[in-house]
Amino acid sequence: MSNGIHPFASLLAAVARGISGVQVQWAGCEPDERQRIYFANHSSHLDFVVLWSALPSEIRAKTRPIAAKDYWEETPLRRYFAKNVFNAVLLERGVMAKAKTSEEAHFVGRNLMEEMASALGEENSLILFPEGTRGTGEKIGPFRSGLYHLAQRRPDVELVPAYLENLNRILPKGEFLPVPMLSLLTFGKPIQVEQGEVKDAFLERAREAVVSLRRTGPA
Amino acid sequence: MLQAIHDAKLLWLYGGVLLLLVTLTLTGRALKGRRKTPASRATIDNLNARIRAWWKMCAIFTAAVIVGHVGALVLFGIISFLAMREYMTLVPTRPSDHLTLFWSFFVIMPLQYCFIGFQWYGVFAVMIPVLAFTFVPTSIAIEGDTASFLERSAKIQFGLIVCVYCLSHVPALLLLKIPGYEGHDARFLLYLVVVDQISDVLQYVWGKLFGKHKIAWRVSPNRTWEGLAGGVFSATALGTALWWAMPFTPLQSAGISFTICLLGFAGGLVMSALKRDIGIKDFGVVVEGHGGILDRIDSLCFAAPIFFYLVRHYFVP
Repeated sequence: MSNGIHPFASLLAAVARGISGVQVQWAGCEPDERQRIYFANHSSHLDFVVLWSALPSEIRAKTRPIAAKDYWEETPLRRYFAKNVFNAVLLERGVMAKAKTSEEAHFVGRNLMEEMASALGEENSLILFPEGTRGTGEKIGPFRSGLYHLAQRRPDVELVPAYLENLNRILPKGEFLPVPMLSLLTFGKPIQVEQGEVKDAFLERAREAVVSLRRTGPA
Repeated sequence: MLQAIHDAKLLWLYGGVLLLLVTLTLTGRALKGRRKTPASRATIDNLNARIRAWWKMCAIFTAAVIVGHVGALVLFGIISFLAMREYMTLVPTRPSDHLTLFWSFFVIMPLQYCFIGFQWYGVFAVMIPVLAFTFVPTSIAIEGDTASFLERSAKIQFGLIVCVYCLSHVPALLLLKIPGYEGHDARFLLYLVVVDQISDVLQYVWGKLFGKHKIAWRVSPNRTWEGLAGGVFSATALGTALWWAMPFTPLQSAGISFTICLLGFAGGLVMSALKRDIGIKDFGVVVEGHGGILDRIDSLCFAAPIFFYLVRHYFVP
Protein backbone atom coordinates (compact mmCIF):
# COMPACT_ATOMS: atom_id res chain seq x y z
CA MET A 1 0.00 0.00 0.00
CA SER A 2 2.88 2.33 0.85
CA ASN A 3 4.05 2.36 -2.74
CA GLY A 4 0.58 3.02 -4.10
CA ILE A 5 -0.23 -0.56 -5.13
CA HIS A 6 -3.73 -1.66 -4.17
CA PRO A 7 -3.53 -4.67 -1.78
CA PHE A 8 -5.93 -6.60 -4.04
CA ALA A 9 -3.56 -6.03 -6.92
CA SER A 10 -0.66 -7.55 -5.03
CA LEU A 11 -2.84 -10.44 -3.94
CA LEU A 12 -4.08 -11.12 -7.48
CA ALA A 13 -0.53 -10.88 -8.79
CA ALA A 14 0.59 -13.51 -6.28
CA VAL A 15 -2.34 -15.77 -7.17
CA ALA A 16 -1.71 -15.35 -10.90
CA ARG A 17 1.94 -16.22 -10.46
CA GLY A 18 1.02 -19.28 -8.46
CA ILE A 19 -1.56 -20.53 -10.93
CA SER A 20 0.57 -19.85 -14.00
CA GLY A 21 3.87 -21.08 -12.49
CA VAL A 22 5.40 -18.46 -14.75
CA GLN A 23 9.10 -18.47 -15.53
CA VAL A 24 10.29 -14.99 -16.47
CA GLN A 25 13.17 -14.38 -18.89
CA TRP A 26 14.60 -10.96 -19.58
CA ALA A 27 16.13 -12.00 -22.90
CA GLY A 28 16.50 -8.65 -24.67
CA CYS A 29 16.68 -6.12 -21.86
CA GLU A 30 16.84 -5.76 -18.07
CA PRO A 31 14.14 -4.49 -15.71
CA ASP A 32 14.49 -0.71 -15.63
CA GLU A 33 12.65 2.18 -14.01
CA ARG A 34 12.69 4.24 -17.19
CA GLN A 35 9.39 4.84 -18.99
CA ARG A 36 8.42 1.93 -21.19
CA ILE A 37 5.53 0.52 -23.16
CA TYR A 38 5.41 -3.25 -22.75
CA PHE A 39 3.48 -4.81 -25.63
CA ALA A 40 2.57 -8.48 -25.76
CA ASN A 41 0.38 -11.14 -27.33
CA HIS A 42 -3.06 -11.55 -25.77
CA SER A 43 -4.89 -14.82 -25.17
CA SER A 44 -6.00 -14.82 -21.54
CA HIS A 45 -7.33 -12.66 -18.73
CA LEU A 46 -4.19 -13.64 -16.86
CA ASP A 47 -1.92 -11.94 -19.43
CA PHE A 48 -1.88 -8.52 -17.86
CA VAL A 49 -1.62 -9.66 -14.23
CA VAL A 50 1.17 -12.12 -15.04
CA LEU A 51 3.16 -9.56 -17.02
CA TRP A 52 2.61 -6.94 -14.35
CA SER A 53 3.59 -9.31 -11.54
CA ALA A 54 6.85 -10.11 -13.35
CA LEU A 55 8.04 -6.52 -12.92
CA PRO A 56 9.95 -5.47 -9.77
CA SER A 57 7.56 -3.79 -7.32
CA GLU A 58 8.93 -0.25 -7.68
CA ILE A 59 8.33 -0.49 -11.45
CA ARG A 60 4.97 -2.20 -10.93
CA ALA A 61 3.68 0.77 -8.94
CA LYS A 62 4.20 2.99 -11.97
CA THR A 63 2.99 0.60 -14.68
CA ARG A 64 -0.63 0.82 -15.87
CA PRO A 65 -2.52 -1.46 -18.25
CA ILE A 66 -4.45 -0.24 -21.27
CA ALA A 67 -7.80 -2.00 -21.37
CA ALA A 68 -11.04 -1.93 -23.33
CA LYS A 69 -13.63 0.41 -21.87
CA ASP A 70 -16.65 -1.49 -23.23
CA TYR A 71 -15.57 -4.71 -21.48
CA TRP A 72 -14.20 -3.34 -18.22
CA GLU A 73 -17.06 -0.93 -17.57
CA GLU A 74 -19.76 -3.51 -18.22
CA THR A 75 -20.27 -4.52 -14.57
CA PRO A 76 -19.48 -2.67 -11.32
CA LEU A 77 -17.08 -5.43 -10.29
CA ARG A 78 -15.06 -5.23 -13.50
CA ARG A 79 -15.02 -1.44 -13.24
CA TYR A 80 -13.77 -1.65 -9.66
CA PHE A 81 -10.92 -3.97 -10.63
CA ALA A 82 -9.94 -1.99 -13.70
CA LYS A 83 -10.10 1.49 -12.16
CA ASN A 84 -9.40 1.09 -8.46
CA VAL A 85 -7.30 -2.03 -8.23
CA PHE A 86 -5.12 -1.86 -11.32
CA ASN A 87 -5.41 1.83 -12.19
CA ALA A 88 -6.12 0.85 -15.79
CA VAL A 89 -6.33 3.30 -18.66
CA LEU A 90 -9.71 2.48 -20.21
CA LEU A 91 -10.04 3.21 -23.90
CA GLU A 92 -12.95 2.83 -26.28
CA ARG A 93 -12.50 0.17 -28.90
CA GLY A 94 -13.46 0.48 -32.56
CA VAL A 95 -14.48 4.13 -32.41
CA MET A 96 -12.30 4.95 -35.38
CA ALA A 97 -14.03 2.34 -37.50
CA LYS A 98 -17.40 3.76 -36.46
CA ALA A 99 -16.54 7.33 -37.46
CA LYS A 100 -18.50 8.55 -40.47
CA THR A 101 -15.94 10.88 -42.03
CA SER A 102 -12.18 10.73 -42.18
CA GLU A 103 -11.96 13.98 -40.21
CA GLU A 104 -14.03 12.46 -37.44
CA ALA A 105 -11.86 9.33 -37.43
CA HIS A 106 -8.76 11.48 -37.28
CA PHE A 107 -10.26 13.45 -34.41
CA VAL A 108 -11.24 10.47 -32.23
CA GLY A 109 -7.96 8.73 -33.01
CA ARG A 110 -6.10 11.81 -31.83
CA ASN A 111 -8.14 11.90 -28.62
CA LEU A 112 -7.38 8.24 -27.84
CA MET A 113 -3.70 8.90 -28.37
CA GLU A 114 -3.78 11.94 -26.10
CA GLU A 115 -5.42 9.84 -23.41
CA MET A 116 -2.61 7.28 -23.65
CA ALA A 117 0.07 9.97 -23.78
CA SER A 118 -1.31 11.66 -20.68
CA ALA A 119 -1.49 8.28 -18.92
CA LEU A 120 2.21 7.91 -19.63
CA GLY A 121 2.87 11.35 -18.18
CA GLU A 122 6.35 11.98 -16.86
CA GLU A 123 7.03 8.74 -15.05
CA ASN A 124 4.50 6.00 -15.87
CA SER A 125 4.87 2.95 -18.06
CA LEU A 126 2.09 1.16 -19.93
CA ILE A 127 1.17 -2.42 -20.73
CA LEU A 128 -0.52 -2.72 -24.11
CA PHE A 129 -1.96 -5.64 -26.05
CA PRO A 130 -1.86 -4.33 -29.61
CA GLU A 131 -4.04 -7.12 -31.00
CA GLY A 132 -6.87 -5.31 -29.25
CA THR A 133 -8.61 -8.50 -28.15
CA ARG A 134 -7.84 -11.95 -26.79
CA GLY A 135 -7.02 -14.62 -29.38
CA THR A 136 -6.93 -18.42 -29.11
CA GLY A 137 -3.18 -18.36 -28.57
CA GLU A 138 -2.39 -20.31 -31.73
CA LYS A 139 -1.31 -17.29 -33.70
CA ILE A 140 -0.93 -13.58 -33.11
CA GLY A 141 -3.40 -11.30 -34.88
CA PRO A 142 -2.53 -8.07 -36.71
CA PHE A 143 -1.55 -5.13 -34.49
CA ARG A 144 -3.74 -2.05 -34.22
CA SER A 145 -2.28 1.33 -35.00
CA GLY A 146 -2.30 2.83 -31.47
CA LEU A 147 1.20 1.53 -30.73
CA TYR A 148 2.60 3.31 -33.81
CA HIS A 149 0.98 6.67 -33.09
CA LEU A 150 1.93 6.53 -29.43
CA ALA A 151 5.53 5.67 -30.32
CA GLN A 152 5.69 8.66 -32.63
CA ARG A 153 4.13 10.94 -30.07
CA ARG A 154 6.55 9.82 -27.34
CA PRO A 155 9.81 8.76 -29.01
CA ASP A 156 11.59 8.93 -25.64
CA VAL A 157 9.64 5.94 -24.29
CA GLU A 158 11.12 2.46 -24.85
CA LEU A 159 8.96 -0.12 -26.62
CA VAL A 160 9.55 -3.55 -25.06
CA PRO A 161 8.08 -6.63 -26.79
CA ALA A 162 7.00 -9.56 -24.60
CA TYR A 163 5.66 -13.03 -25.32
CA LEU A 164 3.30 -14.80 -22.94
CA GLU A 165 3.38 -18.51 -23.54
CA ASN A 166 0.87 -21.22 -22.58
CA LEU A 167 -1.45 -18.84 -20.69
CA ASN A 168 -4.10 -19.60 -23.30
CA ARG A 169 -4.13 -23.15 -21.93
CA ILE A 170 -4.27 -22.00 -18.32
CA LEU A 171 -7.20 -19.59 -18.60
CA PRO A 172 -8.47 -19.44 -22.19
CA LYS A 173 -10.95 -16.93 -23.52
CA GLY A 174 -14.46 -17.82 -22.39
CA GLU A 175 -13.40 -19.90 -19.35
CA PHE A 176 -13.34 -18.70 -15.77
CA LEU A 177 -11.81 -21.75 -14.10
CA PRO A 178 -8.02 -21.94 -14.42
CA VAL A 179 -5.97 -25.09 -15.03
CA PRO A 180 -2.61 -24.68 -13.27
CA MET A 181 -0.14 -25.56 -16.02
CA LEU A 182 3.27 -23.91 -16.35
CA SER A 183 3.95 -20.84 -18.47
CA LEU A 184 6.74 -18.65 -19.79
CA LEU A 185 7.15 -14.91 -20.15
CA THR A 186 9.97 -13.59 -22.32
CA PHE A 187 10.89 -9.93 -22.62
CA GLY A 188 12.63 -9.01 -25.89
CA LYS A 189 14.93 -6.30 -27.17
CA PRO A 190 13.31 -2.81 -27.23
CA ILE A 191 12.35 -1.50 -30.67
CA GLN A 192 11.61 1.97 -31.99
CA VAL A 193 10.05 3.61 -35.04
CA GLU A 194 12.78 4.04 -37.66
CA GLN A 195 13.30 7.28 -39.52
CA GLY A 196 10.58 7.54 -42.16
CA GLU A 197 9.07 4.14 -41.34
CA VAL A 198 5.42 3.90 -42.36
CA LYS A 199 2.72 2.65 -40.04
CA ASP A 200 2.07 -0.79 -41.55
CA ALA A 201 5.77 -1.62 -41.83
CA PHE A 202 6.34 -0.68 -38.20
CA LEU A 203 3.32 -2.60 -36.91
CA GLU A 204 4.41 -5.72 -38.79
CA ARG A 205 7.92 -5.36 -37.38
CA ALA A 206 6.53 -4.93 -33.86
CA ARG A 207 4.43 -8.05 -34.34
CA GLU A 208 7.48 -9.96 -35.57
CA ALA A 209 9.38 -8.80 -32.48
CA VAL A 210 6.73 -10.46 -30.31
CA VAL A 211 6.44 -13.63 -32.45
CA SER A 212 10.22 -14.13 -32.45
CA LEU A 213 10.18 -14.54 -28.65
CA ARG A 214 8.04 -17.66 -28.86
CA ARG A 215 10.01 -20.63 -27.59
CA THR A 216 7.71 -23.65 -27.80
CA GLY A 217 5.28 -25.57 -29.90
CA PRO A 218 4.81 -25.64 -33.63
CA ALA A 219 6.51 -22.73 -35.38
CA MET B 1 2.80 -38.95 15.38
CA LEU B 2 5.67 -38.08 17.71
CA GLN B 3 5.86 -41.76 18.59
CA ALA B 4 8.07 -41.94 15.50
CA ILE B 5 10.80 -40.37 17.61
CA HIS B 6 10.59 -43.21 20.13
CA ASP B 7 10.94 -45.79 17.38
CA ALA B 8 14.54 -46.91 17.87
CA LYS B 9 14.72 -48.92 14.64
CA LEU B 10 13.39 -45.99 12.65
CA LEU B 11 16.03 -43.77 14.21
CA TRP B 12 18.73 -46.30 13.28
CA LEU B 13 17.45 -46.39 9.70
CA TYR B 14 17.24 -42.67 9.63
CA GLY B 15 20.71 -42.22 11.09
CA GLY B 16 22.05 -44.56 8.44
CA VAL B 17 20.44 -42.49 5.71
CA LEU B 18 21.88 -39.26 7.13
CA LEU B 19 25.34 -40.79 7.42
CA LEU B 20 25.12 -42.00 3.83
CA LEU B 21 24.00 -38.56 2.64
CA VAL B 22 26.83 -36.79 4.44
CA THR B 23 29.38 -39.26 3.03
CA LEU B 24 27.96 -38.86 -0.47
CA THR B 25 27.92 -35.07 -0.23
CA LEU B 26 31.56 -34.99 0.85
CA THR B 27 32.54 -37.48 -1.87
CA GLY B 28 30.62 -35.43 -4.42
CA ARG B 29 32.46 -32.28 -3.35
CA ALA B 30 35.82 -34.02 -3.55
CA LEU B 31 35.08 -35.42 -7.02
CA LYS B 32 33.90 -32.04 -8.24
CA GLY B 33 37.38 -30.60 -7.80
CA ARG B 34 39.03 -33.46 -9.69
CA ARG B 35 36.80 -33.79 -12.73
CA LYS B 36 38.72 -33.51 -15.98
CA THR B 37 36.94 -34.60 -19.16
CA PRO B 38 33.52 -33.18 -20.14
CA ALA B 39 32.03 -36.69 -19.85
CA SER B 40 33.23 -37.19 -16.29
CA ARG B 41 32.07 -33.68 -15.48
CA ALA B 42 28.55 -34.52 -16.69
CA THR B 43 28.53 -37.74 -14.65
CA ILE B 44 29.69 -36.00 -11.48
CA ASP B 45 27.23 -33.12 -11.96
CA ASN B 46 24.44 -35.67 -12.38
CA LEU B 47 25.45 -37.42 -9.14
CA ASN B 48 25.67 -34.11 -7.27
CA ALA B 49 22.20 -33.11 -8.56
CA ARG B 50 20.83 -36.43 -7.27
CA ILE B 51 22.50 -35.90 -3.88
CA ARG B 52 20.94 -32.43 -3.61
CA ALA B 53 17.53 -33.86 -4.46
CA TRP B 54 18.00 -36.56 -1.79
CA TRP B 55 18.65 -33.94 0.85
CA LYS B 56 15.36 -32.32 -0.15
CA MET B 57 13.56 -35.66 -0.08
CA CYS B 58 15.11 -36.35 3.29
CA ALA B 59 13.85 -33.00 4.59
CA ILE B 60 10.38 -33.73 3.20
CA PHE B 61 10.40 -37.14 4.81
CA THR B 62 11.47 -35.72 8.16
CA ALA B 63 8.70 -33.11 8.05
CA ALA B 64 6.18 -35.78 7.07
CA VAL B 65 7.20 -38.09 9.92
CA ILE B 66 7.18 -35.31 12.51
CA VAL B 67 3.80 -33.91 11.48
CA GLY B 68 2.39 -37.40 11.21
CA HIS B 69 -0.04 -38.89 8.71
CA VAL B 70 -1.55 -35.56 7.66
CA GLY B 71 1.93 -34.23 6.96
CA ALA B 72 2.75 -37.15 4.68
CA LEU B 73 -0.57 -36.74 2.86
CA VAL B 74 -0.12 -33.02 2.32
CA LEU B 75 3.47 -33.41 1.16
CA PHE B 76 2.72 -36.19 -1.30
CA GLY B 77 -0.38 -34.26 -2.40
CA ILE B 78 1.89 -31.35 -3.29
CA ILE B 79 4.32 -33.65 -5.11
CA SER B 80 1.41 -35.14 -7.07
CA PHE B 81 0.20 -31.66 -7.95
CA LEU B 82 3.64 -30.53 -9.16
CA ALA B 83 4.15 -33.74 -11.13
CA MET B 84 0.77 -33.54 -12.82
CA ARG B 85 1.35 -29.87 -13.56
CA GLU B 86 4.54 -30.77 -15.40
CA TYR B 87 2.88 -33.68 -17.14
CA MET B 88 -0.17 -31.76 -18.37
CA THR B 89 2.05 -28.88 -19.52
CA LEU B 90 4.10 -31.34 -21.57
CA VAL B 91 1.17 -33.25 -23.04
CA PRO B 92 -0.60 -31.41 -25.83
CA THR B 93 -4.25 -30.91 -24.90
CA ARG B 94 -7.08 -29.20 -26.74
CA PRO B 95 -9.10 -26.20 -25.53
CA SER B 96 -12.14 -28.47 -25.14
CA ASP B 97 -10.26 -30.50 -22.49
CA HIS B 98 -10.19 -27.48 -20.20
CA LEU B 99 -13.00 -28.45 -17.84
CA THR B 100 -11.83 -32.07 -17.62
CA LEU B 101 -8.36 -30.84 -16.68
CA PHE B 102 -9.83 -28.51 -14.09
CA TRP B 103 -11.66 -31.44 -12.48
CA SER B 104 -8.52 -33.58 -12.59
CA PHE B 105 -6.49 -30.98 -10.72
CA PHE B 106 -9.04 -29.62 -8.28
CA VAL B 107 -11.46 -32.47 -7.61
CA ILE B 108 -10.03 -35.89 -8.49
CA MET B 109 -6.54 -35.32 -7.08
CA PRO B 110 -7.64 -33.79 -3.74
CA LEU B 111 -10.33 -36.49 -3.31
CA GLN B 112 -7.76 -39.26 -3.79
CA TYR B 113 -5.69 -37.89 -0.92
CA CYS B 114 -8.77 -37.18 1.23
CA PHE B 115 -9.86 -40.82 0.90
CA ILE B 116 -6.48 -41.94 2.21
CA GLY B 117 -6.86 -39.44 5.05
CA PHE B 118 -10.33 -40.84 5.91
CA GLN B 119 -8.89 -44.36 5.55
CA TRP B 120 -11.58 -45.27 3.02
CA TYR B 121 -9.50 -47.96 1.46
CA GLY B 122 -12.32 -49.20 -0.79
CA VAL B 123 -12.83 -45.82 -2.46
CA PHE B 124 -9.15 -44.91 -2.55
CA ALA B 125 -8.33 -48.06 -4.53
CA VAL B 126 -11.00 -47.52 -7.21
CA MET B 127 -11.08 -43.72 -7.31
CA ILE B 128 -8.84 -43.27 -10.36
CA PRO B 129 -8.81 -46.67 -12.12
CA VAL B 130 -12.63 -46.87 -12.03
CA LEU B 131 -14.31 -43.57 -11.19
CA ALA B 132 -11.93 -41.20 -12.98
CA PHE B 133 -11.71 -43.68 -15.83
CA THR B 134 -15.42 -43.29 -16.46
CA PHE B 135 -15.47 -39.57 -15.70
CA VAL B 136 -12.64 -38.38 -17.96
CA PRO B 137 -13.90 -39.67 -21.35
CA THR B 138 -17.49 -38.79 -20.46
CA SER B 139 -16.54 -35.24 -19.61
CA ILE B 140 -14.54 -34.91 -22.83
CA ALA B 141 -17.43 -36.37 -24.84
CA ILE B 142 -19.91 -33.93 -23.31
CA GLU B 143 -17.75 -31.08 -24.59
CA GLY B 144 -18.60 -32.42 -28.05
CA ASP B 145 -15.14 -32.30 -29.59
CA THR B 146 -14.36 -35.73 -31.09
CA ALA B 147 -10.99 -34.87 -32.68
CA SER B 148 -8.39 -37.39 -31.35
CA PHE B 149 -10.88 -38.33 -28.64
CA LEU B 150 -9.22 -41.58 -27.62
CA GLU B 151 -5.78 -39.99 -27.52
CA ARG B 152 -6.94 -37.12 -25.32
CA SER B 153 -8.85 -39.33 -22.89
CA ALA B 154 -5.90 -41.69 -22.65
CA LYS B 155 -3.38 -38.91 -22.06
CA ILE B 156 -5.34 -37.38 -19.21
CA GLN B 157 -6.09 -40.77 -17.65
CA PHE B 158 -2.43 -41.83 -17.88
CA GLY B 159 -1.39 -38.60 -16.17
CA LEU B 160 -3.86 -39.19 -13.36
CA ILE B 161 -2.71 -42.78 -12.90
CA VAL B 162 1.02 -41.97 -12.84
CA CYS B 163 1.03 -38.67 -10.96
CA VAL B 164 -1.86 -39.21 -8.56
CA TYR B 165 -2.89 -42.86 -8.25
CA CYS B 166 0.58 -44.41 -8.26
CA LEU B 167 2.24 -41.76 -6.14
CA SER B 168 -0.56 -41.69 -3.56
CA HIS B 169 0.40 -45.25 -2.63
CA VAL B 170 3.48 -43.91 -0.84
CA PRO B 171 1.52 -42.10 1.92
CA ALA B 172 -1.11 -44.88 1.73
CA LEU B 173 1.53 -47.15 3.26
CA LEU B 174 0.62 -45.41 6.49
CA LEU B 175 -2.86 -46.95 6.22
CA LEU B 176 -1.59 -50.49 6.52
CA LYS B 177 -2.29 -52.06 9.87
CA ILE B 178 0.26 -54.74 10.53
CA PRO B 179 0.05 -56.47 13.93
CA GLY B 180 2.92 -55.34 16.10
CA TYR B 181 3.80 -52.49 13.76
CA GLU B 182 1.32 -49.84 14.89
CA GLY B 183 3.09 -46.49 14.95
CA HIS B 184 6.08 -47.84 13.06
CA ASP B 185 4.59 -47.35 9.60
CA ALA B 186 7.03 -44.55 8.72
CA ARG B 187 9.63 -47.30 8.29
CA PHE B 188 7.74 -48.66 5.28
CA LEU B 189 7.96 -45.29 3.61
CA LEU B 190 11.66 -44.99 4.31
CA TYR B 191 12.38 -48.57 3.19
CA LEU B 192 10.59 -48.07 -0.14
CA VAL B 193 12.20 -44.73 -0.93
CA VAL B 194 15.71 -45.76 0.14
CA VAL B 195 15.77 -49.05 -1.78
CA ASP B 196 14.20 -47.42 -4.83
CA GLN B 197 16.56 -44.44 -4.95
CA ILE B 198 19.70 -46.44 -4.13
CA SER B 199 18.83 -48.87 -6.90
CA ASP B 200 18.34 -45.98 -9.30
CA VAL B 201 21.71 -44.41 -8.59
CA LEU B 202 23.58 -47.72 -8.39
CA GLN B 203 22.23 -48.66 -11.83
CA TYR B 204 23.64 -45.37 -13.04
CA VAL B 205 27.03 -45.87 -11.38
CA TRP B 206 27.39 -49.53 -12.46
CA GLY B 207 26.33 -48.51 -15.95
CA LYS B 208 28.98 -45.79 -16.07
CA LEU B 209 31.69 -48.11 -14.80
CA PHE B 210 30.94 -51.35 -16.65
CA GLY B 211 28.09 -50.57 -19.06
CA LYS B 212 28.48 -52.02 -22.57
CA HIS B 213 25.23 -53.46 -23.85
CA LYS B 214 22.51 -50.85 -24.11
CA ILE B 215 18.96 -51.88 -23.22
CA ALA B 216 16.93 -49.42 -25.27
CA TRP B 217 19.32 -46.78 -26.54
CA ARG B 218 16.57 -44.92 -28.37
CA VAL B 219 14.72 -44.37 -25.08
CA SER B 220 17.49 -43.80 -22.61
CA PRO B 221 21.12 -44.02 -23.79
CA ASN B 222 22.48 -44.42 -20.25
CA ARG B 223 20.74 -47.68 -19.40
CA THR B 224 22.76 -50.84 -19.92
CA TRP B 225 22.26 -54.51 -18.99
CA GLU B 226 25.43 -54.37 -16.89
CA GLY B 227 24.13 -51.30 -15.04
CA LEU B 228 20.74 -52.91 -14.48
CA ALA B 229 22.19 -56.17 -13.17
CA GLY B 230 24.80 -54.48 -10.95
CA GLY B 231 22.39 -51.86 -9.64
CA VAL B 232 19.52 -54.24 -8.95
CA PHE B 233 21.67 -56.84 -7.22
CA SER B 234 23.61 -54.41 -5.05
CA ALA B 235 20.43 -52.49 -4.07
CA THR B 236 18.66 -55.80 -3.36
CA ALA B 237 21.57 -56.73 -1.10
CA LEU B 238 21.12 -53.45 0.76
CA GLY B 239 17.35 -53.94 1.01
CA THR B 240 17.90 -57.47 2.33
CA ALA B 241 20.25 -56.08 4.95
CA LEU B 242 17.45 -53.82 6.22
CA TRP B 243 15.14 -56.75 7.09
CA TRP B 244 15.54 -56.14 10.84
CA ALA B 245 13.61 -52.85 10.57
CA MET B 246 10.66 -54.43 8.77
CA PRO B 247 8.22 -57.23 9.48
CA PHE B 248 10.09 -59.27 6.84
CA THR B 249 12.39 -62.26 7.06
CA PRO B 250 15.71 -61.71 5.23
CA LEU B 251 14.44 -63.81 2.33
CA GLN B 252 11.18 -61.83 2.10
CA SER B 253 13.14 -58.61 2.32
CA ALA B 254 15.32 -59.79 -0.57
CA GLY B 255 12.29 -60.62 -2.73
CA ILE B 256 10.56 -57.33 -1.97
CA SER B 257 13.71 -55.24 -2.56
CA PHE B 258 14.31 -57.07 -5.82
CA THR B 259 10.76 -56.23 -6.93
CA ILE B 260 11.16 -52.57 -5.94
CA CYS B 261 14.43 -52.35 -7.90
CA LEU B 262 13.00 -53.90 -11.05
CA LEU B 263 9.91 -51.69 -10.94
CA GLY B 264 12.06 -48.65 -10.30
CA PHE B 265 13.89 -49.50 -13.50
CA ALA B 266 10.61 -50.02 -15.36
CA GLY B 267 9.16 -46.72 -14.15
CA GLY B 268 12.28 -44.79 -15.14
CA LEU B 269 12.37 -46.39 -18.57
CA VAL B 270 8.67 -45.72 -19.24
CA MET B 271 8.91 -42.09 -18.18
CA SER B 272 11.98 -41.62 -20.41
CA ALA B 273 10.03 -43.05 -23.34
CA LEU B 274 7.15 -40.73 -22.54
CA LYS B 275 9.45 -37.71 -22.49
CA ARG B 276 11.01 -38.74 -25.80
CA ASP B 277 7.53 -39.01 -27.24
CA ILE B 278 6.04 -35.72 -26.07
CA GLY B 279 8.23 -33.56 -23.94
CA ILE B 280 11.40 -32.68 -25.65
CA LYS B 281 9.91 -31.64 -28.94
CA ASP B 282 7.08 -29.50 -27.62
CA PHE B 283 6.76 -27.97 -24.20
CA GLY B 284 9.98 -29.20 -22.61
CA VAL B 285 11.27 -25.65 -22.36
CA VAL B 286 8.32 -24.64 -20.18
CA VAL B 287 9.23 -27.26 -17.63
CA GLU B 288 12.93 -26.36 -17.57
CA GLY B 289 14.01 -24.81 -14.31
CA HIS B 290 11.04 -26.14 -12.38
CA GLY B 291 13.06 -28.81 -10.64
CA GLY B 292 11.93 -31.66 -12.84
CA ILE B 293 9.59 -33.34 -10.35
CA LEU B 294 8.67 -35.93 -12.99
CA ASP B 295 12.35 -36.91 -13.28
CA ARG B 296 12.59 -37.38 -9.53
CA ILE B 297 9.50 -39.54 -9.11
CA ASP B 298 9.84 -41.66 -12.25
CA SER B 299 11.41 -44.64 -10.52
CA LEU B 300 8.93 -44.43 -7.64
CA CYS B 301 5.68 -44.37 -9.60
CA PHE B 302 5.59 -48.08 -10.50
CA ALA B 303 7.36 -49.35 -7.39
CA ALA B 304 5.01 -47.62 -4.89
CA PRO B 305 1.68 -49.30 -5.75
CA ILE B 306 3.23 -52.76 -6.19
CA PHE B 307 5.11 -52.48 -2.89
CA PHE B 308 1.86 -51.34 -1.25
CA TYR B 309 -0.14 -54.30 -2.57
CA LEU B 310 2.63 -56.81 -1.82
CA VAL B 311 2.80 -55.69 1.79
CA ARG B 312 -0.98 -55.49 2.04
CA HIS B 313 -1.48 -58.95 0.59
CA TYR B 314 1.17 -60.81 2.55
CA PHE B 315 1.53 -58.93 5.81
CA VAL B 316 -1.87 -57.44 6.66
CA PRO B 317 -4.12 -60.12 8.12
